[in-house]
Amino acid sequence: MRTPLRPLARVLPARSRGENPDLIERENLEKRHEAIRDKNQPRASARLGLLALAFGCAYLTIGVRMGHLAASEPVEPVASAPGAEIVAQRADITDRNGRILATNMTTSALYAHPRDMVDPKGSAKRLAEIFPDLDAAALEKRFTDGRRFMWVRKVLSPEQMQAVHEIGDPGLLFGPREMRLYPNGTLAAHVLGGYSFGAEGVHSAEVIGTAGIEKALDARLRDPARAGEPLELSIDLTVQATVEEVLGAGITMLNARGGAAIVMDVRTGEIIALASAPTFDPNDRPVPLVGKNDEPSDSPLFNRAVQGVYELGSAFKIFAAAQGMELGLVGPETMVDANAPMVWGKHKIKEFQGKNYGPLLSVREVIEKSSNVGTAHIALMIGPLRQQAFLKSLGFFDPTPVELVEAPGAKPLIPKRWPEIVTITTSYGHGLSASPMHLAAAYASIANGGIYVKPTLIKQHGPATGVRVMSERVAKESVAMLRGVVTKGTASLAEVPGYEVAGKTGTADKPKKSGGYYKDKVINTFASVFPASNPRYVVLVTLDEPVDTSGSEPRRTAGWTSVPVAAEMIRRIAPLMGIRPAVEPITGTALTAAAN
Amino acid sequence: MRPVLYVLTFLSVIALGFWAYRENYATQASLREVRALQREIADLREALSVQKAEWAWLNRPERLRELVGLNFARVPLMPMEPGQFGDAAAVVYPVPEIPAIEAPDILSGDAFSGIDGIVATAAGEEEGL
Repeated sequence: MRTPLRPLARVLPARSRGENPDLIERENLEKRHEAIRDKNQPRASARLGLLALAFGCAYLTIGVRMGHLAASEPVEPVASAPGAEIVAQRADITDRNGRILATNMTTSALYAHPRDMVDPKGSAKRLAEIFPDLDAAALEKRFTDGRRFMWVRKVLSPEQMQAVHEIGDPGLLFGPREMRLYPNGTLAAHVLGGYSFGAEGVHSAEVIGTAGIEKALDARLRDPARAGEPLELSIDLTVQATVEEVLGAGITMLNARGGAAIVMDVRTGEIIALASAPTFDPNDRPVPLVGKNDEPSDSPLFNRAVQGVYELGSAFKIFAAAQGMELGLVGPETMVDANAPMVWGKHKIKEFQGKNYGPLLSVREVIEKSSNVGTAHIALMIGPLRQQAFLKSLGFFDPTPVELVEAPGAKPLIPKRWPEIVTITTSYGHGLSASPMHLAAAYASIANGGIYVKPTLIKQHGPATGVRVMSERVAKESVAMLRGVVTKGTASLAEVPGYEVAGKTGTADKPKKSGGYYKDKVINTFASVFPASNPRYVVLVTLDEPVDTSGSEPRRTAGWTSVPVAAEMIRRIAPLMGIRPAVEPITGTALTAAAN
Repeated sequence: MRPVLYVLTFLSVIALGFWAYRENYATQASLREVRALQREIADLREALSVQKAEWAWLNRPERLRELVGLNFARVPLMPMEPGQFGDAAAVVYPVPEIPAIEAPDILSGDAFSGIDGIVATAAGEEEGL
């Protein structure tokens, strides 16, 4: 019930007493406020309590979460699933059509914890049975000498792994390994090189390239960002296989010590095939020769096409003729002195078998007949400085830029001084030693209309751009001269119907270690271009110490050795590369209609 | 009105909590599934690379050459030769037969006088039918 603030019962007596009735009102108001306050207090404290609880909960949550974060392992929050992982740690290598040349395989490595082994002696014996190259006694000794850890095998086949499992010794353990596999065996071995393991751990091992393109492009192959993208080479597997087959057959038939062959696209500089014989299996790379008296070329690892630096002989003559024409000193029909023997100071320059093609020959005939004296006279017209500059522009003064780790090491051997006698000998390919790859690149430059092409092993898209080394007219004229060598000259066995082979032979005596030249050891080279009317490919064959014994006496000139090998090579590979022969096709193939 | 709002808010909080709880577990389950699938993909890719390597191994030119030699009696395969290139124009196609003319009445007028014989044959065939 509401109490009045000025109750008459108190106001009237107060007035009669002369007191201020407002005091009564104020007193009553105060009482009322106190009552209200008393009534509201529990509610307010309840609210405060609730608020405190809310804050308490919030602090508790934050505290617990902080404690949890501090005590637990840090994990990245996963909002989405990761993308598909790339399995391979090293990119595949494929040929230009995507066929695999090198790939990876998951396998296992075998290691041992000898202290955990139950029966070291028995295990050693059984391991030696599984791996015949391991010695049981040596293995047992190493198992029992107190070491904690040892590698047994770097890679195992699944069958070997199962056999080791069956030994059942807890001290024999497996680690995952990724190994490199070259499924084509010896094919393109010198291009691919080989691999080995780098840093090795129990859980993984580094695969590193040891030679060839595997080492030259190791960083690209190991780049994790490009591991899923195979490295496409310019090599064509089919052509490479054919080239190796023909080269191998040629070497066997001609009793050569070895040989090399290069097939190169003249427009792009792509190397379609690169073979060197004898060859090896990159899956099981032989040990390099390290002995003092070992010739590096005795090892199958030696890449004759890139590492072999030889005096390439008469195949060089076309450069003198081309430069002479480029400088306007001679034309194809200009007559030059070819009267042999030519005497220059104390040197006597002779022709093959002491012949004399002279007294005068046209430049075209000099190339066709391969006249040393004629070439020497052209070279003398050119002079040493211009000759050096021209050979330099064709790349003969630097290592080839091919993507092989062996290439930068194979520097051409350039004479230190360049007197006129060197000008003469260099013009016919003696005195200056270069690799077959140098020669192939130079011939490709002539065939490419006079623009230098850089040889490469990587698949190119579109023609290469390069420096012009001679005019298009001179390049065309030079190819026509090379065609003459095949139709009328020293390389008549190179004629392949329909493919207009043009080329130049080169026969160079092998230099002796002690100085001078061997009489019966030669390096035979045939550098060719086909088809002559529209050059597409350079085919170069080099044979080391070949001898043709089909005739009455052994023949060692390139015309009888390298040339037939190159001709067979062109006959086999040109259809594979889709080059239509310029001959009448066989007609009369009739189709039968299946339905009207 | 107010209590109703309170109740509705409370219920929606509970519903949202329930939804969030379910979503959380559904996400975790999906992530687990994706991880399992990724593992499977990795395994399959490995198997694929092994099979590719095996394919390359079985198709190495050396082996194919041996196989061709072994089976020469059944499949006489020879190296590709320049003579195998042909010209599409050189292929002799069978000469198509002249179709019978079904409606000789449209072939009237002097212009068609030269093919009277064909028309007659066609008409004769029709009569024969």
